[in-house]
Amino acid sequence: MLTTDTAKRTIARPQVVAHEIERPSRGWVSWVTTTDHKKIGILYLFTTFVFFVLGGVEALLLRIQLGAPDNTFLEPDKYNQLFTLHGTTMVFLFVIPVFAGFANYLIPLMIGARDMAFPRLNAWSYWMLLFGGIVLYASLFFTPPEAGWTSYPPLSGKDYVPGGGMDAWIIALHIIGLSSMLGGVNFIATIQNMRAPGLGWGRLPLFGWSILIYSYLIVIVSPALAAALAMLLIDRHYGGTFFDPTQGGSALLWQHAFWFYSHPAVYIMALPAFGVVSEVLPVFARKPIFGYKAIAASTAAIGFLGLLVWAHHMFSTPMSTVVLAFFMLSSFLIAVPTGVKIFNWIATLWQGAIEYKTPLLFSAGLIGVFLIGGISGIFLAVFPVNWQLTDTYFVVAHLHYVLFGGSVFGIFAALYYWFPKMSGRMLNERMGRLSFWLIMIGFNLTFLVQHSAGLSGMPRRVYEYSASAGWTAYNQISTVGSFVLAIGIGVTLLNVVRSLKKGAVAGPDPWKGNTLEWFTQSPPPENNFDAIPRVRSVEPMKDIRREVEKETGVLQQQRAGHPLVKV
Amino acid sequence: MSPLTPARRLLRLAGLAALGAVAGSLLASGVASADLLTPESGGSPNADRIDTLYKLILYIAIVVFIGVEGALIWSLVRFRARKGRVAAQIHGNTRLEIGWTVGAAVLLVFITAVTFVQLGKIKNPEASDPGGLAGARPVYASTDQPPPPGGRALNIRVNGQQYIWRYQYPGADVFAYEEMVVPEDTTVTLDITADDVAHSWWIPELGGKFDALPGYVNKTWFKASEPGLYEGQCAELCGRNHANMLARVRVVPVARYQTWFDRQQADIAAARKAGAEGRRALEQEGGASSTEGGTSSAPGSDQ
Repeated sequence: MLTTDTAKRTIARPQVVAHEIERPSRGWVSWVTTTDHKKIGILYLFTTFVFFVLGGVEALLLRIQLGAPDNTFLEPDKYNQLFTLHGTTMVFLFVIPVFAGFANYLIPLMIGARDMAFPRLNAWSYWMLLFGGIVLYASLFFTPPEAGWTSYPPLSGKDYVPGGGMDAWIIALHIIGLSSMLGGVNFIATIQNMRAPGLGWGRLPLFGWSILIYSYLIVIVSPALAAALAMLLIDRHYGGTFFDPTQGGSALLWQHAFWFYSHPAVYIMALPAFGVVSEVLPVFARKPIFGYKAIAASTAAIGFLGLLVWAHHMFSTPMSTVVLAFFMLSSFLIAVPTGVKIFNWIATLWQGAIEYKTPLLFSAGLIGVFLIGGISGIFLAVFPVNWQLTDTYFVVAHLHYVLFGGSVFGIFAALYYWFPKMSGRMLNERMGRLSFWLIMIGFNLTFLVQHSAGLSGMPRRVYEYSASAGWTAYNQISTVGSFVLAIGIGVTLLNVVRSLKKGAVAGPDPWKGNTLEWFTQSPPPENNFDAIPRVRSVEPMKDIRREVEKETGVLQQQRAGHPLVKV
Repeated sequence: MSPLTPARRLLRLAGLAALGAVAGSLLASGVASADLLTPESGGSPNADRIDTLYKLILYIAIVVFIGVEGALIWSLVRFRARKGRVAAQIHGNTRLEIGWTVGAAVLLVFITAVTFVQLGKIKNPEASDPGGLAGARPVYASTDQPPPPGGRALNIRVNGQQYIWRYQYPGADVFAYEEMVVPEDTTVTLDITADDVAHSWWIPELGGKFDALPGYVNKTWFKASEPGLYEGQCAELCGRNHANMLARVRVVPVARYQTWFDRQQADIAAARKAGAEGRRALEQEGGASSTEGGTSSAPGSDQ
């Protein structure tokens, strides 16, 4: 159109209009130089899963040490370094960025876009994450950080932890924080501006909603962490006294700034997993999601309220009753939209025709175990009760029910659900089911008894305990469970490696999905879509299948009890 | 559903056996320790009231847990795909959704109300019992913790240091490390602080934990009516030996407390005197031979 207009207006004269076509780069160069959201997504996923394995190995070492009273498997300094690395890795290098990986791959596909809004910024975000991770792990070669993933001063100050590992931790978190902030900006710009025609806010897939809120939370709270980290660095090396009470500073300042970031970080980690569940359940129950608006609104409500509850991590610090009461009530308020989600999910299963595939198992598993984390959260929100429970293994159990039960189950559901789209091949169902049950049993073995260990007085972050304390049985069950859990995770990793080559070919839409990513080939071509359909509901693929059925007379809808895909 | 193959049956059996083993070992450990499901208590009224509050939430939680997990599992089993089943195409139900939103909120309002009814008795120190320490001094209202009615309490300053607790008794040069000796039936108020890094004071049977932070004074109290030894340990990561920063409270009859207090006072005075003499002797010696300029801290010095 444009060329003919131009041709009409300008005097014709011979000219060379051909450009050199960029040769598509291949091999590792194509990965290192890519700005394609799908390749970046896969880089994210690969990197974060490597860190997941590292963090998991650290957890197993911790569990071996605690497997017997007065154990001498690990020295106290090694133990402290390992739990610091474990926490930091799982939060900053696995759960938060793994969702950036899934979102990178899926958000443009789900909203019918060609790529992310800022492809180069996107590549930059990924490489910053990798370098941040390398900075953290480089500290293994000198002294790893050992003040816990929360790194409270004064302990994290130069006087008590002089090693360079603490500085590596600070710098690494700065870099990773920048990476996730830039990623957040990119997701917001993409979701706000690049949705397919007809894809209004009321038709945005729920995973899209969760990534939107995830991104807003990251952009709002990460600066608080960055500020706290900068203050800690200044205190350590440039004569600052932000956290030094003898010079008019306050050790509590760090706790407030840190939790102002790290509590919303819990929702940064959990909301996208909830988004995954909200995508998976309707597909496998063959039913529309129950209460789309309520689920989208509860995501936003959790995000907003999540900004107002940080001090419930600090109930045992000196605080006036008014402040205690405020943070208890704000924490209670969050339970309401969270409960709404759970009820809506169960109502989605209700009267469905549920196909027992691995993504469904992990999603249903998430509801079942996350509920326990939610309920133990109510106990912890009641501050007089919190005085007994905080800083004990009850909290360790609670946070793992939320972050493993809530987030990691969702990550596995997402992996099984979208792997066919990303690779063009199905993951093996038998291995998937085996993996699910091992993870389910191993997870509950590991963490359920930790509630009891905490209730009978076992504090967190202790490298040893005496046999007379009465915690031995709990810890032994926990250690055995952690190995079952590790085997379960290993089965899935094996499944991924095996299925990349040997998995059944998936085709564009193996699950009969609802959202636009299933409209294109698996894996999608570089331009994602040749034509972008007009979106008329929250389940555009259902509309498209119905239309094809009408035009061709060939049955497109899935029938209950018939296999979705042969695996 | 196809009949179970032997392999599957075996798998199922193994699963059941594993579940049984877990339940068994849990029960066994439950016998070993009474605190399978509830926090420790029994030493002090505030710990008991926290336990009561906890139990109330626990009962509500059990009902919610069974209800929600039941609905989930029932839906998963009842509505699994079978040939010919058609999923009901329901998009939502506003009344139902408002219903469970309000339902969840009502439960939380109830817990809130009970918490605030209980709060005063947990947070505010009680009066000492008539048999308590007669000489306990009045304490004056702090920012947030009122003095006990009648004003009599034993006020001890708790100071966390890597990796030991120091207790400063009021009114005299009396202090102790690690083990705090207190009289029975007497309200003991604690002013908790730290010298170096953050610690957390916690004796589970005597109530909740309170962080010891340099630059801040945190407050709590307890009143033990049963003589005995109550054990706890630092609950906030304070460094490599955090696991061995132990705390003990020994509750003794009032008369024995007085004896202990007097002896401790005499011992400390004697140690200080000996220390001062030793220092003087060293200083004189050091003055004579100026090549050895070592400083030595006196034994019994309080830091």
